Amino acid sequence: MADVRTETMTVNMGPQHPSTHGVLRLVLELDGETVVSVSPTIGFLHTGIEKTCEQKKWQQVIPLVERMDYLAPQSNSLAFCLSVEKILGLEMPERVQALRVLIAELQRLSSHLVWFGTHAMEIGAITGMLYAFREREILLNLFELLGGFRFFPSYIRVGGLREDIPRGFKEAVKEFLDRLPGKLDEYETLITQNPIWLDRTRGVGVISYADCCKWGLYGPIARAAGGDFDVRRAFPYTGYDTYEFDVIGASNGDVYDRYLVRMAEMRESVKICNQALDRIAPVGAWACDDKRIVPPPKDQVYTEMEALIQHFLIYSQGFTVPAGDAYVPVEGPRGEHGCYVVSDGTNRPWRVHMRSPGLMACQALHKFIVGGMIADVIAVIGSLDVVMGGVDR
Amino acid sequence: MTAADIIAALAPAVPGAAYEPLASADSDVTPVILVPAEHLIATCQALQGPGLEYVAFSDVTAVDFHPARDPRFDVVYHLVSPHRRARVRLKVRVNADVEVPSLTPVFPGAGWPEREVYDLFGIVFDGHQDLRRLMMPDDWEGHPLRKDYPVQLRKDAQTYMPLQVTEEEFRANVERDRHVRTTPKP
Repeated sequence: MADVRTETMTVNMGPQHPSTHGVLRLVLELDGETVVSVSPTIGFLHTGIEKTCEQKKWQQVIPLVERMDYLAPQSNSLAFCLSVEKILGLEMPERVQALRVLIAELQRLSSHLVWFGTHAMEIGAITGMLYAFREREILLNLFELLGGFRFFPSYIRVGGLREDIPRGFKEAVKEFLDRLPGKLDEYETLITQNPIWLDRTRGVGVISYADCCKWGLYGPIARAAGGDFDVRRAFPYTGYDTYEFDVIGASNGDVYDRYLVRMAEMRESVKICNQALDRIAPVGAWACDDKRIVPPPKDQVYTEMEALIQHFLIYSQGFTVPAGDAYVPVEGPRGEHGCYVVSDGTNRPWRVHMRSPGLMACQALHKFIVGGMIADVIAVIGSLDVVMGGVDR
Repeated sequence: MTAADIIAALAPAVPGAAYEPLASADSDVTPVILVPAEHLIATCQALQGPGLEYVAFSDVTAVDFHPARDPRFDVVYHLVSPHRRARVRLKVRVNADVEVPSLTPVFPGAGWPEREVYDLFGIVFDGHQDLRRLMMPDDWEGHPLRKDYPVQLRKDAQTYMPLQVTEEEFRANVERDRHVRTTPKP
């Protein structure tokens, strides 16, 4: 066998590959079908959002940060608003907190449904994609009800929400929440015990919990590897400490366990949504009562001089935020989202930085795939659930 | 655990380091400590010790305070203790001519965030194995998140084909098109 060629081959995967979830480029070095090394290249979707944020007023930043991680836009805006409200020292009324919890969990469901659909499709179960996108369509319609926008509603604002929930919203959400568990059963019937799925995912892309800590991986990836760290439990925000839910864990840290964790998380999200729905009174506050931040109601604007002036000031100059910095983490669908916000005391942010869980996952990609087969690369990328908009920002 | 408690716990492990607790809006959850650059690595190692257990890496970023402050940069580190459910924020104040020790020997996950900070702020990390630009193209000039970097800098795109028409031809095309569009149909 001395004359068999043993040199490795370099293969370029992406940035236009359909399984790289956007524009992730991987330079793979292969020995036969075994991956010897991988060098990920990112930045194709870098649009300088953090620089743009510094030119905008505080409230104008929200549509920008929503476009970072475009599968979980309202996790981004929630992280940003919580940080700014921390500097402002604002406390939200209970109804606003419950609505935010509801929106955050619906957003997690929406993101996990896309993850499930694309992950299943990439491994060969195209039906999964069609089914999951059917349910996600309902969620997008719900978001459209809220903000008039399907993807980026900009509904969560600094100081509360944009406006009250529309008539019929609670009923529509309830209908969806009643429908989803049965549909999740349907997905699981298709996939969870499917022998092809088990062969493709079990023991593939294994990572240990200690490595997760060192590489900055949180969320479903770390919990599938035996961790129990969930920001909603460890550092509760918007009243998550008052909700009953389980932090889902698994122990093997492979692609299959990450699948199981995310599927179970969706059921937990449904539980949280139902609890939040029960707390949302039909009428009540949809923003805090801080006159500096929240525009006065329209009937006052039309009848009172002070309200008109305040309305004009908020919409022309914006509000100022005291000098300081804050970082409030939230549990996004992909792990710890968080926005590090620095204010210099003016009406524009001095610095906005979003911690991206996807960036960490891309960075640690070699921990998952080196030594595995090239076909497993697809399964691993799908199970990490990277969103390049959030990675590149 | 407040910043003062953490500093007291760190003091025996890192002799000679002059820490300073800093105020911040979220210091109830995340105590903030100013760390001298030369003691950063030892501090992060000591923070993993018993009683502190900040074993999980969260983030590295930077803030530019130009021109109001000298040294102009804050390099900001977030560490987490999943076990104790605690966080800490470390800040290192430097100028662009000072190299910050890279955190990669302690937390390999700091590699890409440090590359991002190098790319967008121009802060060099000493001991980083692969300090290249991360977001911007390799041939980019300047560091966009610096405050003295102009926002609307016009720069010829180098990655794409040049325009096939001159400016005069382009304007003539627009004018001709406008004529067609504004001429009423007979």
